[in-house]
Amino acid sequence: MSILLDRDTRLLVQGITGREGSLHTRRCIEYGTQVVAGVTPGRGGMPWEESVPVFNTVDQAVQSTGANTSLIFVPAPFAADAILEAADSGIGLVICITEGIPGQDMVKVVRSLQNAPIRLLGANCPGAISPGEQCKAGIMPGAIHMPGRVGVVSRSGTLTYESVGQLTAEGIGQSTCVGIGGDPVSGTDFVDVLRLFNDDPDTDAVVLIGEIGGTKEQEAAEYIKAEMRKPVAALIVGGTAPPGKRMGHAGAIITGTAARAEEKVAALRSAGAEIIPSPADIGAVAKEMVTALG
Amino acid sequence: MKLHEYQAKALMAQYGIPLPRGGVATTPQEARQHAEQLGGRVVVKSQVHAGGRGAAGGVRVVATPAEAEEYAASLLGGNLVTAQTGPEGVPVTSVLVEEAAEVAQELYLAMLVDGGARTPVAIASAAGGMEIEEVAMATPEKVLRAQVDPVLGLQPFQGRRLAYGMELAPELVRPTADLATRLYRLFVEKDCTLAEINPLAVTADGRVVALDAKVDLDDDAAFRHRDLQGLRDVGQEDALEARAREVGVSYVRLDGDVGCLVNGAGLAMATMDIVKAVGAEPANFLDVGGGANEEQVKLGFGIILADPRVKRVLVNVFGGILRCDMVAQGVVAACHEAGSRPLIVARLQGTNAEEGRQVFRDSGLPVQLANTLREAAEKLQEVVGP
Repeated sequence: MSILLDRDTRLLVQGITGREGSLHTRRCIEYGTQVVAGVTPGRGGMPWEESVPVFNTVDQAVQSTGANTSLIFVPAPFAADAILEAADSGIGLVICITEGIPGQDMVKVVRSLQNAPIRLLGANCPGAISPGEQCKAGIMPGAIHMPGRVGVVSRSGTLTYESVGQLTAEGIGQSTCVGIGGDPVSGTDFVDVLRLFNDDPDTDAVVLIGEIGGTKEQEAAEYIKAEMRKPVAALIVGGTAPPGKRMGHAGAIITGTAARAEEKVAALRSAGAEIIPSPADIGAVAKEMVTALG
Repeated sequence: MKLHEYQAKALMAQYGIPLPRGGVATTPQEARQHAEQLGGRVVVKSQVHAGGRGAAGGVRVVATPAEAEEYAASLLGGNLVTAQTGPEGVPVTSVLVEEAAEVAQELYLAMLVDGGARTPVAIASAAGGMEIEEVAMATPEKVLRAQVDPVLGLQPFQGRRLAYGMELAPELVRPTADLATRLYRLFVEKDCTLAEINPLAVTADGRVVALDAKVDLDDDAAFRHRDLQGLRDVGQEDALEARAREVGVSYVRLDGDVGCLVNGAGLAMATMDIVKAVGAEPANFLDVGGGANEEQVKLGFGIILADPRVKRVLVNVFGGILRCDMVAQGVVAACHEAGSRPLIVARLQGTNAEEGRQVFRDSGLPVQLANTLREAAEKLQEVVGP
């Protein structure tokens, strides 16, 4: 098993006919994901690469194909609307890859989804992948993953690949790897994913990759302390970043004491998480953690 | 995008927020004219994108138009060094001349997004005029917060609650609550990431006035605010950072001498941490992004080489969509173009990693190759020395 994605995932791609959408749809299919539909307004009725039916609206796509998960590549000015359309059409999991959505748009989207039976992953995230279920809904390179029992959750893209690469090199497989995204306001936070891993019978341990900015890692620490029954190894990057400078991600900016790396490390350590001292040690620390599980 | 105080105040004026009378000047003569029109004592304020102006000598109350002219002349054309700037400071190309208000009390009011609560939040404090972070640390009970439902907006009761919470005189509650509503509207309608008034002054004659103003606009919303893009003052930005923005890569200048070129923000931060861990200091953060082309890599690497402090560079790429050979070609092209031969430690992993390493081997440049992050750290350690 796994979290978020499995063999029964029926993926719909919003923005399937765009350059990014096409490229990654192809890669997801190659990995084994069931891509059942695409949506591009105005392109309905013309199958994508003669294999995936394309619809004008998400509602039509869901009615016709039973899609239950949506992957969004719609350009930033229109992405908030695309998320709301997916939510309104009964999609259970929406994964938004799009980067650069205005903050005020995301605040409204997240508020309006608050009481809806839907999970939003992202925006500005690499997506998720469950290697044992051969299901990938995102932009990560599939080949670096390996089926197994360690969950990975991260705010970053390529740093997640780095982490997974180190795990696989140590022979440690993954149940599901989740990128929650680098924006300050996101649909899913560390706590949400930790809770899912905690309840997943096929995840034994978790690697958490955090960074400077915001307080998502402290919230994760509180959850770990109060409820987590599985070991967590955590890395926080950005300890060398100066205050007030945005490090690429909109959320990665030190705006106060709590946003600093050492505060986050201290919170996670006191919650009982194993601290990964350097980005080069992810695999080694995970190996110790898994070995200790027996 | 950061705005100058005078630009932020112009936006606030559009929303009916009470402000001191005044005007912006780019010459000492203009400063004098503003002072003459205002009459009496005026305050002359350097317009720079940095806090700590007062302590740095960039703000002064003067008694006469002649003094205003003289003080403006000493600021304009120079650089102001504050606690928040680098040692070279930032250029002063304009000053704001305002009537000097008689201040009875200094408050704080700001709108921003709370990532934890995932909503906008209004923050107010009766302890204005100081860094709000310091107030929050020393006396957290003095920092009042109102979570805002983004669908409804800041409600009148929330404005009143903040005003009463600051223990204002009864006649000041309504104007302060009203001001908060106006500031929230500005925050939303102009897509701000921050709209801050510090201090929000209660004057001796019982008015509430925005003495200072700070507005940061969301670059991601620039597409719906074309009219505001002209407010950008590139002169306030680091020259290399400004060039990086044009090229479409994310670059932040730091204090060390080890250049870093990485794909992805998280991995770029991790790379900086690795540099620091081997006893060196990163010269920059540079994320070329996941979809960079060879030209962007070349221009990005050119920005690193343009920094005279850079003697060594760590290239760290985990190729996915971005191909390692393309990155290597971009790096080599930039070195040839700049006629530069920095020591390079290149760690390539993922798509076309071996092809990328071959590009470096064939380049004739002094490149140390690494496969893993640990190897890269070790190679860098050798290059940096004990």
